[in-house]
Amino acid sequence: MSVTGIGAAVRRKEDRRFITGKGHYTDDINRPGQTFACFIRSPHAHAKIKNIDVSAASRLPGVAGIFTGAQFAEDKLGSLICGWTVLSKDGSPMKMAPHPALAAGKANCVGDAVAVVLAETLAQAKDAAERVVVDYEPLPAVVDPAKAAAAGAPLIHDVAPNNTIYNWHLGDAEATNAALKNARHVTTLEFINNRLVPNAMEPRAALAEYDAASGSLTLWNATQNPHVARLVISAFVGVAPENKLRVIAPDVGGGFGSKIFIYPEEVVCLWAARKLGRPVKWTAERSESFITDAHGRDHVTKAQMAFDGDGRITALKVHTTANLGAYMSTFSSAVPTFLYATLLSGQYEIPHIYCEVDAVYTNTVPVDAYRGAGRPEATFVVERLVEVGARELGVDPATLRQKNFVKTFPYQTSVASLYDAGDYQASLQKALELHDYKGFARRKRDSERNGKLRGIGFATYIEACGVAPSALVGQLGAGVGLWESAEVRVNPTGSVEVLTGCHQHGQGHETTFAQLVADRLGLSIDQVNILHGDTDIVQFGMGTYGSRSGAVGMSAIVRALDKVEAKAKKIAAHLLEAAEGDIVFKDGKFTVAGTDKSAAWGEVALGAYVAHKFPTSEIEPGLKESAFYDPTNFTFPAGCHICEVEIDPETGDTQVVGWTAVDDFGTVINPMIVEGQVHGGVAQGVGQALLEHTVYDDKGQLVTGSYMDYAMPRADNLPSLQVDTTVTKCPTNPLGIKGCGEAGAIAAPAAVMNAITNALGTELIDMPATPATVWATLQKTHTLPRAA
Amino acid sequence: MYAFTFHRPQTLRQAANLLTKNDEAKLLAGGHTLLPTMKLRLAGPPQIVDLSLVEGLAGIEQSGRSITIGAMTRHNDVSNSPVVQQAIPALAKLAGMIGDPAVRHMGTIGGSIANNDPNADYPAACLGLGAIIITNKRRIKADDFFTGMFSTALEPAEIITKVSFPIPKKAAYQKFRNQASRFALVGVFVSKRGSEIRVAVTGAGANGVFRVPSFEEALKKRFSPKSLEGMSIPADGMNSDIHGSAEYRAHLVGVLARRAVAEAIGK
Repeated sequence: MSVTGIGAAVRRKEDRRFITGKGHYTDDINRPGQTFACFIRSPHAHAKIKNIDVSAASRLPGVAGIFTGAQFAEDKLGSLICGWTVLSKDGSPMKMAPHPALAAGKANCVGDAVAVVLAETLAQAKDAAERVVVDYEPLPAVVDPAKAAAAGAPLIHDVAPNNTIYNWHLGDAEATNAALKNARHVTTLEFINNRLVPNAMEPRAALAEYDAASGSLTLWNATQNPHVARLVISAFVGVAPENKLRVIAPDVGGGFGSKIFIYPEEVVCLWAARKLGRPVKWTAERSESFITDAHGRDHVTKAQMAFDGDGRITALKVHTTANLGAYMSTFSSAVPTFLYATLLSGQYEIPHIYCEVDAVYTNTVPVDAYRGAGRPEATFVVERLVEVGARELGVDPATLRQKNFVKTFPYQTSVASLYDAGDYQASLQKALELHDYKGFARRKRDSERNGKLRGIGFATYIEACGVAPSALVGQLGAGVGLWESAEVRVNPTGSVEVLTGCHQHGQGHETTFAQLVADRLGLSIDQVNILHGDTDIVQFGMGTYGSRSGAVGMSAIVRALDKVEAKAKKIAAHLLEAAEGDIVFKDGKFTVAGTDKSAAWGEVALGAYVAHKFPTSEIEPGLKESAFYDPTNFTFPAGCHICEVEIDPETGDTQVVGWTAVDDFGTVINPMIVEGQVHGGVAQGVGQALLEHTVYDDKGQLVTGSYMDYAMPRADNLPSLQVDTTVTKCPTNPLGIKGCGEAGAIAAPAAVMNAITNALGTELIDMPATPATVWATLQKTHTLPRAA
Repeated sequence: MYAFTFHRPQTLRQAANLLTKNDEAKLLAGGHTLLPTMKLRLAGPPQIVDLSLVEGLAGIEQSGRSITIGAMTRHNDVSNSPVVQQAIPALAKLAGMIGDPAVRHMGTIGGSIANNDPNADYPAACLGLGAIIITNKRRIKADDFFTGMFSTALEPAEIITKVSFPIPKKAAYQKFRNQASRFALVGVFVSKRGSEIRVAVTGAGANGVFRVPSFEEALKKRFSPKSLEGMSIPADGMNSDIHGSAEYRAHLVGVLARRAVAEAIGK
């Protein structure tokens, strides 16, 4: 391992600009003559739009234009789409309702944009927006997913009777039911997987500019996948043809999934920029983010796990109602289906699994992928059931897990996933030791002496990253392929640019991707630049989400590097006057095997461009190669997280007092960055379990619409985390990478709730386990210990 | 934010005159409530009277048996004041528990109590210590000052200049935070000064900060957490929201009062 190569804890190249305030975000960009957009949003969860009167607002100073949903409809632009088709049990396609960028006729959630004001300044745009008079006729709203499909619920979209988008299923119902019937023991749980607001640090933003001379549009956009944005906006919405639309995603301050999707605001900015002939800029305010960024989770689930007399899991049956909100967001359909049910086998051999998912519309903000996307929900189902099963059977939860672990690979689950490699016992064992599991009983007694309740909980999770291969996801309904591309461009002096279709918004690609290239070519990471986020510069790409950049994006870079090395060897053979087959490339040097003849990387790079010493009829000058890499399978990171909590029974306050994470991410490029990803993921998962509560009232108003009411995790909500890894390499990609971006958020909610229920002695508590909820649960369930 | 006229008076008299002349004018102290509401366009005062250039409004003094804190004194300065830390450590600790460092470097004691947010910390200290609120017109006992949620005894054009805290023998503040805002979901300030016992509660009450006479009576007999054992207050009149029911808040008042007394007597 070199000091900056694969496996080195290199400091992030990008941090200097971020921590000195030199990051360059969409809102930092200004174009001559730009106008500012202020959206007029429905204050009602469900309402007919009877009339919009813009006459008074239009006369105010600085107003450049006001456009309504009716005008958007007149221009015959297409609808926003959900790009993954899911079929119901009966084979019928999901009921995707139109999603115009500006609502016309009816608003379907609080925050639904019905018009936009463009003005010289933002203050003028806001002043005018207040004078736009929208005549609404409020309609009854439905908010609770469990009630959305009930008879008599208000209908949101005509295309979806009973507000039902699909009734989907996976697995063998008959065999699963039979196994449940014959089981020695069945553990049953009903729970809510709470809705989350994503809260990226940088709010969403868009700046659109129209060049009348060329007829082309440029969009600067806080997005995780600029090429996908360009594709959807050109092919489906039709604002501009793909070759006349450039999407630039500059520095993006966090996404967690929420910036994957194509939103109304960027579409409206593009449309309005062309109509006005002036640039249009919009940056969300935090209050807007709460009511327009796609939310996460929001499942209502009943699940049963069957055990035989030996404590072996024989079956799992799950029914989930998934709330997709008012419209189907870009990838919303896949999250509670293919990203959820396919992971329900967890780390276990479960012969029979059957999962039904009913997806419904409600008058709430759309729900889509959020860090983990389906996999935290699946892990919560499996890991809560296993833990509770162990309690009910009177078996140690670690022992019950060990008994049921998948031990031989590859392993075909009964829910389609084919696990390639893993050693679940190794990560559990290491975690037990690091955590001092044996010392828990003593720590619990110590807590009790101080009047506190102590609990411990596990999550031995599995996730699927690098979702692919393209042919498979196509069969499953994806509208795109999920490969990744890379171009490696060697300069004559030997330095390198890598153009990647991935996009970084916190992951550190400028560092880790450079480590890979530096390691391979014998360069320092300062000689390698990573370029991304501009559809005019990068060939194509599917963006970054689902922990795919390492497993898929870096694999594409490896493929391009293979081609670069192959060509460089040919050139080196001519420079060194040797046979190509005798050239060995190692540590940045081309050597003729068995001789002391060699050429440095830089000499060969220069040689490639001066092209003096090889026949250009056989070898093209230059040294630049590209690759499109399509994986042959998902990757399957897995691990064991152990959470220990201490509860103050008098107040219900729950403190996480111990955390051990042992993850198997395959090959680790930069352990410091990986550790940071685990820290962040665990913090988000702890946030879901203890703090984050998205509350709508019955009328569809978001009660938790600001940080006064929506609790985000902070540093003091977490203990110092013990983070370690075990390694089994992924056999299906060249580097053996599995992915690490979501693991913490996947494992943490189950681990925390397993610990809390262990401490409380009851399973009847939902997330978030706020102090008030914990206290109320204790009042219902047992007598409190008193402080000594 | 809506446009407004920004005044920066140099004297208290000028500030008071500006308020008299402009009915809708608002005083700007630390701005930690006013500015966010203006940014959200929930408030749009046409005139802002900034107090930051008015001489003599900030500072901490000890005289005899009381500590006097200027209205424009920042929370951070109260928190870190050796005078306060020595004489009324509970007050220094309370100031250090307000918001976060950025808030504490801007927010002021005068602004906090004039606003009388039902979840704010300082009202509990004022009522719990029996403070005197000194204005440009008069001296007001804390018991008379806080008149309800976001409402005080202040008259138009009346400006808080100082707050005078009698130094107690024993005092402590226990705060249970709202996990989102980190304001007090419930905060209880207890003090003992001679025979005077005070128990003041913030966060819990639907009408803002209040005293708990039954707890005070019990503590007069013996200033010990045991005196409050088994005691609680009725849930009627408590706030109830997504962060906690009225019953929960009423329960926390008892728990935090016992813990505050224990802290005050060093247990």
